[in-house]
Amino acid sequence: MVRVKNIFMKCYLALILFFLYAPILVLVVLSFNDSRSRVTWGGFTLRWYGSLFSNRQILEALETTLLLGFGSAAAATVIGTFGAVGIQAMRKKGYQVVMSVTNIPILNADIVTGIALMLWFVRFVPLGFGSVLIAHITFNIPYVILSVMPKLKSLNLSIYEAARDLGAGSVYAFFHIVLPQIGSGILAGFFMALTMSMDDFVITYFTKGAGVNTLSTMIYGEIRKGIKPEMYALSTILFAVIFVILLAFNALSGKGKNAEDVIERSR
Amino acid sequence: MKRKYFATPYIIWIVGFTIFPLIAIGVSAFTKENGAFTWENILAIAEPINRQALFFSLAIAFGCTLLCILLAYPAALILKSLRLGRKGFTIFLLVLPMWMNFILRILAWQMILSKNGILNFILAKFGVRPLAVSNTWIALMIGMVYDFLPYMILPIFNAISDIDEDLIEAARDLGAGGAAVFGKVIFPLSMPGMLSGIVMVFVPAMTSFVIADILGGGKLQLIGNIIEQEFMKSMDWHLGAGLSISLMLLVLVGLAFTMRNDREDGGTAVW
Repeated sequence: MVRVKNIFMKCYLALILFFLYAPILVLVVLSFNDSRSRVTWGGFTLRWYGSLFSNRQILEALETTLLLGFGSAAAATVIGTFGAVGIQAMRKKGYQVVMSVTNIPILNADIVTGIALMLWFVRFVPLGFGSVLIAHITFNIPYVILSVMPKLKSLNLSIYEAARDLGAGSVYAFFHIVLPQIGSGILAGFFMALTMSMDDFVITYFTKGAGVNTLSTMIYGEIRKGIKPEMYALSTILFAVIFVILLAFNALSGKGKNAEDVIERSR
Repeated sequence: MKRKYFATPYIIWIVGFTIFPLIAIGVSAFTKENGAFTWENILAIAEPINRQALFFSLAIAFGCTLLCILLAYPAALILKSLRLGRKGFTIFLLVLPMWMNFILRILAWQMILSKNGILNFILAKFGVRPLAVSNTWIALMIGMVYDFLPYMILPIFNAISDIDEDLIEAARDLGAGGAAVFGKVIFPLSMPGMLSGIVMVFVPAMTSFVIADILGGGKLQLIGNIIEQEFMKSMDWHLGAGLSISLMLLVLVGLAFTMRNDREDGGTAVW
């Protein structure tokens, strides 16, 4: 009886995982398909992986996506970390107000955030890489704050106070006492911000203007014409890279709990 | 320097890029082309086409959220009871698909579900008649449930994993059967996770336009599609802003309902 139940549970889980991974399997298979048609199998090929590196458009979009991802995640991590430290020192009223505003970009629908930013940007800056970068930093900061905040709450403040009493300036004390203790939260925030930025389509779509393309917006523009097979190849590579990184991360996290927290809090 | 001033750059940022944009969208929503005040754009949500799209979005979002709960809850329970190594590994399995571009994944569903697609190809091998799901609300629903399911499994799984084993044992010792343990201990304690999941599924399901665009073949209009077209095709930004504000208010009211007794600073078991 127990064994039947166990088999049933495993089957259910396998079905759910199959559901989640089936489209990925399709895309990986397509990246090796020697036919431009999406529905027919023309034999195995690696040529899309070769021609990918001579496709200027795709490489440019990749560069934009990575620049945006790392740039906005780095900026959001700095602003957000200092922000979280400051917010935590606020009195109850101010704390609540700031935290409510912090939740707005997370809870608000992407389409509303994107449109609001666009309507604001068109008043004083041309839409382009800069406006998208600002938009990404804006929706990334809350994720950094929400992953740093819990670490700050469990932080032992007496050590910081002691450092101050012993003559450390607040900046010195911050870098030498506070930062090491909240490091894993900051790292988690950075990864989360990077993920959100690389994954975003809607907000980029509304704030980008003409001429700038990330991988997401480029794919969206190609839907009607048909996706270039090189795009499947690139996505497969990106997926494989992340798979290896996360797997290594997961294996390393066996000993310390910190790294596990990072993945857990990612997103 | 006082510690709270560390937040100054952040405060400036949220005023500049969270508050002001919301004011900007509000201003556009409440004005005409010539700048005169109007309620028209806000009230446009009640026009038949928009109202229809809104109700359709609501129905799809409710259905999608419900299906996600029904699929995710058992999955979360199983993930917890199978003890697949550490907690991190389970989360890894669920987060990994998100690293494949989401538009490509939805396009893959189109290929699976289309008339000459993979699903019908496989069904034909078994002599089953082809299904005509492509460009219907069923395809849309499959795509949405697919995209949002991890956002429901993860918070529920986190909430269930955080339940103190001692509580469950205590209930058993005091004579509770399996059903009572679930109904009186596990389920109530998993509620915060489920609420987070509901928020994380319902809001995007209600407001998305990309999935309907791809899997609906241009025939299914969600309120998100209407707003997108106002901005990108009809170029009526004021009307688009008005519809967005109405949508935002509706979603906020819904959220306030769901989260009345939930989290204080968004920290409850969201991932």
